[in-house]
Amino acid sequence: MILVVAEQREGVMNRVSWEAVVAAQEMAVQGFGPIKVVVMGSTVAGVADEVAAAEVAEVLVLDHPALEPYTSDGFVRALSQVVDAENPDVVVFPHTYQTRDYAATLATRNQRTLVTDCIGIKSGPDGVLFVRPMFQGKFVADVAVRGPVPHFVSFQIAAYRADAVARGVAIAPTRRVEIALDVANIRQRPEAPFKEAKQAVDLTQAERIVAVGRGIKEQEHLPVIQKLAQALGAEVAASRPICDTGWLPMDRQVGSSGQTVAPKLYLAIGISGAIQHLVGMKGARTIVAVNKDPDAPIFEVADYGIVGDLFEVVPALTAALGD
Amino acid sequence: MKIAVCIKQVVTRDWPLRVDETGQWVRDRDASFEMNEPDAYALEEALRLKERHGGEVVVCSAGPSRVSQVLREALARGADRAIHVESDALATADTLTVGKVLADALRGEAPDLVLTGLQSDDQGFGQTGVVVAELLRIAHSTIIMEVQISGEDHIRVKRELEGGWFQWVVMPTPALLTIQSGINQLRYATLRGIMAAKKKEVRKVEPEVATGEFSQVVVDLYVPEKGKKTRFIEGSSTEAARELVRALREDVSVF
Repeated sequence: MILVVAEQREGVMNRVSWEAVVAAQEMAVQGFGPIKVVVMGSTVAGVADEVAAAEVAEVLVLDHPALEPYTSDGFVRALSQVVDAENPDVVVFPHTYQTRDYAATLATRNQRTLVTDCIGIKSGPDGVLFVRPMFQGKFVADVAVRGPVPHFVSFQIAAYRADAVARGVAIAPTRRVEIALDVANIRQRPEAPFKEAKQAVDLTQAERIVAVGRGIKEQEHLPVIQKLAQALGAEVAASRPICDTGWLPMDRQVGSSGQTVAPKLYLAIGISGAIQHLVGMKGARTIVAVNKDPDAPIFEVADYGIVGDLFEVVPALTAALGD
Repeated sequence: MKIAVCIKQVVTRDWPLRVDETGQWVRDRDASFEMNEPDAYALEEALRLKERHGGEVVVCSAGPSRVSQVLREALARGADRAIHVESDALATADTLTVGKVLADALRGEAPDLVLTGLQSDDQGFGQTGVVVAELLRIAHSTIIMEVQISGEDHIRVKRELEGGWFQWVVMPTPALLTIQSGINQLRYATLRGIMAAKKKEVRKVEPEVATGEFSQVVVDLYVPEKGKKTRFIEGSSTEAARELVRALREDVSVF
């Protein structure tokens, strides 16, 4: 049996949870058995009804005031009880900041590890293999899970298409699961989420973006990029390391911890293309990559590629635009 | 306040990696290695907390004999002591195995805080810290962008959430935090630090590691297949730039 842990916020299931359901539906075909989806929080009946329309065997509802707001202790204690009672072969999570906070705790409590960040499933002679990026996306690994069940896996954002979810012929039954959860045992005391000072730049509205990565080497070299952006009428963006070092402000960051963009044109300059960056920009219509390493993972998503020294190529591009 | 920092040694970012003859790992025998970058931010945060609140910073790394290099580096940046959990099998071990040896090494130290980076640049499981917290039975929080020591036995930490959101979380110590890159500005070792590091203690622990018990195993490691057909534009920089601008204008009309 496959247990999918769906994530919701304020009564709306997030897209990556639907993607996890699609991944589970593919695993079901490969012989992992029926799918149960667990929906947890406080007043989550609407989400449960929505999930019940998908082709799943059952929807489990964990409705408890101590599950709102989210805490790792609360979620681990609640889900441990579900795992013990339902005895799944595999527990599937969407790979989100929230599951990164608690899913490995749950796995450890079961003397298991979590296969994180999966982007696909394969069947091999040894059974199912989970496909996940390694070494910053330079390689992909087929991972076999060993030892007793349950196995724990999480699926990366956009690994599957949420709109590919199979609908059931009938509405799946919904079952309320009673859990024992004492607020006194929850060690984390979360405060209300907030946003930092209003973002000055809304990259999501930009038609063209010139993004810069580690290849720029020094902050003093940034004007090379800014000139190209100006010539293109584009916004300047960056991968995380450039913002970490303070060379560009955080609101210029594209990727899983920054903005998700889908411009008409995305130029990735000196960006190797770690998965955390790719998830933020692979929806762009046309992607151009300039990188000195022909094996850089950024070329996997690029429509056009120039392998070369950005300090030669970028000024040449700026000049060519002026012709 | 005693702060333990778990650091990992990984292949240098720019090293031209190739898959090795087993097809299950990278050829790293002749590679150069460095401190995993998120762990460097965790170490920096520990050093800053010590400067503000006093105490001791103990660094711990699990791996073959080569990882003593990153421990020396950490001592040179200002850590007080180091623990090397040494075994060749730890280079490719799963997170539960690594978590167990790290937790065993730290348990006797009884640190008030354990810090580590949110993920590693090689395997990238992003869970070792969370696993260690569970094995030590201490509270944890992940992807932290600020740490405040509030009173004797509590901390208040700023968690990064998705889409530009943040959240403060209060929890009791001892606690484990996984640190997000960019939380601070890194310092580099000074010559004086490098000299001082030579006199600092590196304690060695040699656990039994049963390689047959890993719960996840890489059976095949390969270069990813391209999702898109990339058109590589060749020629001199000037020629390539002209052709790219033409293609963007005429073939896909993006400006």
